[in-house]
Amino acid sequence: MEKRGNLLRGITTVPDLSWPLVLRVFSRNLKVFRKTWKANIMFNFVEPLLYLWAMGFGLGIYVTQINGLSYIEFLAPALIASSAMFSTTYEMTYGSFTRMGYQKTFHGMVATPVSMDDVVMGEILYGTFKGVLYGMVFFLVVALFGLVKSPWALLIPVPLALMVMIFAILSLIWTSIAPNYDSFGYFFTLFISPMFLFAGVFFPVENLPSGIRFLPWLTPLYHAVEVIRPMVLGRVTWSVLADLAWLVTFAAVTVRIPLVMVKNRLIQ
Amino acid sequence: MVVKGIDVISADSLVKRFGDFEAVKGIEFSVTGGECFGLLGPNGAGKTSVVKMIYGFSPITSGKLEVFGEDIMDKARDIKAKIGVVPQEDNLDPELSVLDNLLVYAGYFRIKKHTSRQRAMEILEFMDLTEKSDQVVERLSGGLKRRLTIGRALINRPELLILDEPTTGLDPYARHMVWQRLRRLKEAGTTMLLTTHYLEEASQLCDRLIIIHRGEIMEQGTPGELIERHVGKEALVLGADHLRRDSLADGLDELIKARHILGDDLVLFTDHGRALSERIGEAAKNLGISLDYHRLRPTNLEDVFLKLTGETLAG
Repeated sequence: MEKRGNLLRGITTVPDLSWPLVLRVFSRNLKVFRKTWKANIMFNFVEPLLYLWAMGFGLGIYVTQINGLSYIEFLAPALIASSAMFSTTYEMTYGSFTRMGYQKTFHGMVATPVSMDDVVMGEILYGTFKGVLYGMVFFLVVALFGLVKSPWALLIPVPLALMVMIFAILSLIWTSIAPNYDSFGYFFTLFISPMFLFAGVFFPVENLPSGIRFLPWLTPLYHAVEVIRPMVLGRVTWSVLADLAWLVTFAAVTVRIPLVMVKNRLIQ
Repeated sequence: MVVKGIDVISADSLVKRFGDFEAVKGIEFSVTGGECFGLLGPNGAGKTSVVKMIYGFSPITSGKLEVFGEDIMDKARDIKAKIGVVPQEDNLDPELSVLDNLLVYAGYFRIKKHTSRQRAMEILEFMDLTEKSDQVVERLSGGLKRRLTIGRALINRPELLILDEPTTGLDPYARHMVWQRLRRLKEAGTTMLLTTHYLEEASQLCDRLIIIHRGEIMEQGTPGELIERHVGKEALVLGADHLRRDSLADGLDELIKARHILGDDLVLFTDHGRALSERIGEAAKNLGISLDYHRLRPTNLEDVFLKLTGETLAG
């Protein structure tokens, strides 16, 4: 317990943030991204495309209808969310861990007027940006397939940004306690993949056994899908506000945690 | 600009503890504007802990630490704006070019674009990196990376330059190149704090130094003073039968300042090298002790350290 106390030391203090410097950290990462995006984009982008193909066109032939939709209409909007989730999560685990540990980028930054809080907030911004970017690129693919039915879809960046910000926060929390790269395998196997499979991307959560039907409600992916799917299909109802509120609240409540946890790991 | 003669750093009863381990045990020192101040000691002596407190990375456990007359714990951002840090391990942006590394770093100091480009060009010129300006950092050699790391620390025109083991791991050529540049910075009036376990580095660059051992200050002064105080001008290294060698120096105490056993050698420190050498030669002949070798050399800081700690710095 004492150890946990140390991990969260300073959680009740006000973060030491200078937004202009947070933006410098963000733009540093963006600058590196511009040099490496060609190699990266395959990794994050081709995979959901393969899912869309295999599931939508292959498996989809055997699925007649879900809630009055063809299977690919049901699946494609959700893959926008999951592809954004994966890109942010990879970046804020493997990517941030490399900058934090192996490259010691964080150390270099905090030797300047930049504070550790600025660094981590800059990372969160960058993870959020990257998720939205990859999600929107996938959105274009979905649009090319003729699956976008409503101008509401132009608002997708809003739920996407909220969702991937949460994944940036959660991933950085894991990164702050990760002993090595191998430990990220657990993060993906225990949290990210189950979310991908059971949070309403591939089938409606009503099909889950009644005892565990509440579980998707606890995940950010579920709430994002619940907003994005109606936006793409033009079936927006007031209930999306509840999902958006869930996302905003979750992000607001958790954002302080990775700031203190990364700081407590690096600064002793 | 720092006024010469005013304290840039002052540490008083400075303590750093990691859990139960006390890395810095209440040390006291001050660094004056314009000087190069050395922290000398073996690996693990607590040098890096001191340095990390000075640039606000590591919070102090107790005591007082002022940089530019301000408490580092209160004014970290303002103080860091006036410091340049060369860390022990390179933490450049490996994916970016040499020039971009400087420009990105300038951004953290909120230096205007135009100014930072101009300064970057000057720094590339000064560190002899102009030709490499477009190269990606991960393809540079260790020596070039180090030069860039030092150059990067100059982007904010620091009033205080902190160098933590700046030449560790470099080949002799690269090391001399770095020393040359640091000397030029010193001549230009930059205050420097340097940690090193290379005694030659300390002798070459430092005006004053403290020797740190196990978190405590063991000695302080100018390199010359320390050598004079503890070991004199020369060292006579003798290789002889270790059972009988002590009798060689009998009756020569007025010539010998200190003595030390180092491995198989007996080292005699003296201010009268030639005379001592001759007398030892005679004594060996008279006593019938054969000298395997017998060598007179100038003393250095390493000798001071050896005499003070009985340990070598490399260990």
